[in-house]
Amino acid sequence: MSNGTSQDPPKGAGGTWRPMIARMLAGLRPASARPGGHGSGLLRMFRKRKTFPHGIYPVEHKEWTADKPIRRLPFAPVLVLPLAQHRGAPSQPLVQVGQEVVRGEPIAQAAGFVSVPMHAPATGVIQAIDLAPTPEGPRTMAIYLKVYQADPQQVLFDTGHDIDSMTNEEVVAAVQEAGLVGLGGAAFPSHVKLMPPKDAVIDTVIVNGCECEPYLTCDHRVMLEQTDALLRGIRLIMRVTGAKRAIIGVEDNKLNAVEQIRAKLPANLPITAEAVESKYPQGAEKMLIKSLLGKEVPVGGLPAHVGVAVFNVGTLAQIGDLLPKGRGLIERVVTVSGPAVTNPGNFMVPIGTPVRFLLNHVGTKPTLGQVILGGAMMGMSVSSVDVPITKGVSGVVALEQDEDDPARRQVYACIKCGECLKACPINLNPSMLGELAQAREYGVMAQDFNLDQCFECGSCAYVCPSNIPLTQYFRIAKSINRERKN
Amino acid sequence: MVKGIEIRTSPHLKRALNVQQIMRSVVYAMLPICAFAIWQFGLSAALLLATTTGAAVATEAWFSRLRGAGNTVADWSAVITGILLGLTLPPGFPLWMAAVAAFVGIGLGKALFGGLGYNVMNPALIGRAFVQAAFPVAITTWTPAFAPSRFVELIPTTLTAPFMRPESVTDWIAGLGVDSWTGATPLAMQKFQHVETPAWDTFAGLVSGSAGETSALLILVCGLWLAWRGCLDWRIPASVLAGAALTALPFWLVDPGIYPSPWFVLSSGGLMLAAWFMASDMVASPVTPWGAIIYGVFIGALTVIIRLFGGLVEGVMYAILLGNAAGPLISAWTQPRVYGAVKKVQAKS
Repeated sequence: MSNGTSQDPPKGAGGTWRPMIARMLAGLRPASARPGGHGSGLLRMFRKRKTFPHGIYPVEHKEWTADKPIRRLPFAPVLVLPLAQHRGAPSQPLVQVGQEVVRGEPIAQAAGFVSVPMHAPATGVIQAIDLAPTPEGPRTMAIYLKVYQADPQQVLFDTGHDIDSMTNEEVVAAVQEAGLVGLGGAAFPSHVKLMPPKDAVIDTVIVNGCECEPYLTCDHRVMLEQTDALLRGIRLIMRVTGAKRAIIGVEDNKLNAVEQIRAKLPANLPITAEAVESKYPQGAEKMLIKSLLGKEVPVGGLPAHVGVAVFNVGTLAQIGDLLPKGRGLIERVVTVSGPAVTNPGNFMVPIGTPVRFLLNHVGTKPTLGQVILGGAMMGMSVSSVDVPITKGVSGVVALEQDEDDPARRQVYACIKCGECLKACPINLNPSMLGELAQAREYGVMAQDFNLDQCFECGSCAYVCPSNIPLTQYFRIAKSINRERKN
Repeated sequence: MVKGIEIRTSPHLKRALNVQQIMRSVVYAMLPICAFAIWQFGLSAALLLATTTGAAVATEAWFSRLRGAGNTVADWSAVITGILLGLTLPPGFPLWMAAVAAFVGIGLGKALFGGLGYNVMNPALIGRAFVQAAFPVAITTWTPAFAPSRFVELIPTTLTAPFMRPESVTDWIAGLGVDSWTGATPLAMQKFQHVETPAWDTFAGLVSGSAGETSALLILVCGLWLAWRGCLDWRIPASVLAGAALTALPFWLVDPGIYPSPWFVLSSGGLMLAAWFMASDMVASPVTPWGAIIYGVFIGALTVIIRLFGGLVEGVMYAILLGNAAGPLISAWTQPRVYGAVKKVQAKS
């Protein structure tokens, strides 16, 4: 792949005058013109797209994979299926070691309301139920499934539903049975969102097709290739939630997806597709609600409290696809990209596929330095490529080794430039929070400076010219506050 | 194939702009102003700028060695302080006094607070305030701009021996053959004789004054470039200038014979340089967007009040130092309103 350009400015190394001149010239350009620049607000004021205040404009490199259709990935020899790959209680295994399972068969059941079952992503035999590495660090229980490579791998296990005659309760139950979770990365059980709190009335379903994370294009491809399933899912969710309308919010770097959806929109339903500004973190629930409706979710409240339910396009496409068939979630679309990937692309990946298998399939460069599950802004850096793709993993991003430019990594004291305040999408004062964190005033951070509202989007740390690891400070502060409470 | 991968915490991407690059941009932005100062005042201005910059960097290096926490000269902030200080001094200012100013500015104004990022006030202005108090005569000794011999001889005061009082320049100026030299800067002429220098002269910088403050036009261009680069918060210079103009306006409307026009206020003295390069010092100004505006208006208004009613001819230095002192308070008042904040409901009794 020849377009694997670095997102960084010319390297500082080399003693000749040529790179020096080039660097000086590069230094004369405005911040907004530099790669990864944070454009001044002045020019962007004239743009019409709906958006939220603040945010950042990282270099996205979505062009590497945006035009690549979803391709099916072969089965790895062994799939690793962690029992806790969603938020809530871990699933309980229904199978025993040595048992043969067919593709689509339930292999674990939900352990309570905030939990989902799991289905076999391939026909094979249960090899073990044992500890497995996770991106978070601690090893957790997982089902190891040895795949029968010679098997035709048809989905033999489905029940079939007539979705039009189902009651709302039946739909909610079917969504849970299908093992559906938020595929945008949160992995929160979808059926729970269909049961809003009693004091809230849902009038709008927001369909999140922003995909604001750099590199990722899986939602983009889903909108282009699974439009019908997506619209089926939206209609179903509108019915269950009782919403009067649905708005599909898509960043304006995916206008072909907006056109495609608009072309297929049913005329008799109040569903619209709207382009919003391409800006990180547009795809954060709270930001998209602000952009599309101008409403703010109250502190401590849920989107339901402003009459909104937000679903990721991938989740709704799966609901629209799986529910009529009565099948479970056994695969998902994953973007594999990044400067260290040789052949980036979008793949339909069986759940449980080890990242190593995936990276071998696309090829990596010798410069590979870091592997991230999810997006490059909020995703998790893994210590082992033996971790599996789980339901919430939307992308695998492989970055190159950091170039040896100490000036870029040196941490300076906060110079109060205020860039972080202008980047923070929820209007915190990260500069102040960072100083309090250094002074270990974690309690003050939460009480007086709204630390708990931070959702760790990373915008502050991204812009910080002093390279202060603000987001990490806030994570630590929050976890210490949690421990103190207990 | 996959080995030696690193674990990091998110975000995994980082904007390229760092502190060093911001500081270097500020230095680049001041270079044309330095060049103009040298063209206008000759060798003395060049030596003055070299002395303040050299002394500032040397002081920074010395203090960073004392602290033993790595060399902080590389962040370029001491260079900014040195150049800024030089630009605010009279071109014939004795070099030894300039070195003292740089030492006090970096040492007392910055290093003792903990270095870059911890200083409460602008170090260059601390240095200048110190020499203003210590050497009141030298810092108000002005020499004419564009003296014919400026590139062949120094202003006599420049090479004053350390701890010696500079000699008088009156005879030297008389010998230059400069027409209509009154010994006063446009600000002083306006204040005491109510004679307003033509606006174009003060704006373009064809007048006498401190080494680098004369050309409002050039400073404006350099400052705008810096703002365009994203290395400067435009709110601060904009609100300083607006604050000054709006404060001067009513007085001028009442009596244009005594009070200066807003146009003259903006283009004369050190206001333009201070607004773009000193008030905008990131470390010493409020961090919140609204705080920056309040701070700027406060400085602008205070500058005009000192100029019109204070004992000093120029007030922008003290206005900024007071603004710096008020900065943390302004920041505390203007904390941003968090997304989704619920309005406090007044408790009904």
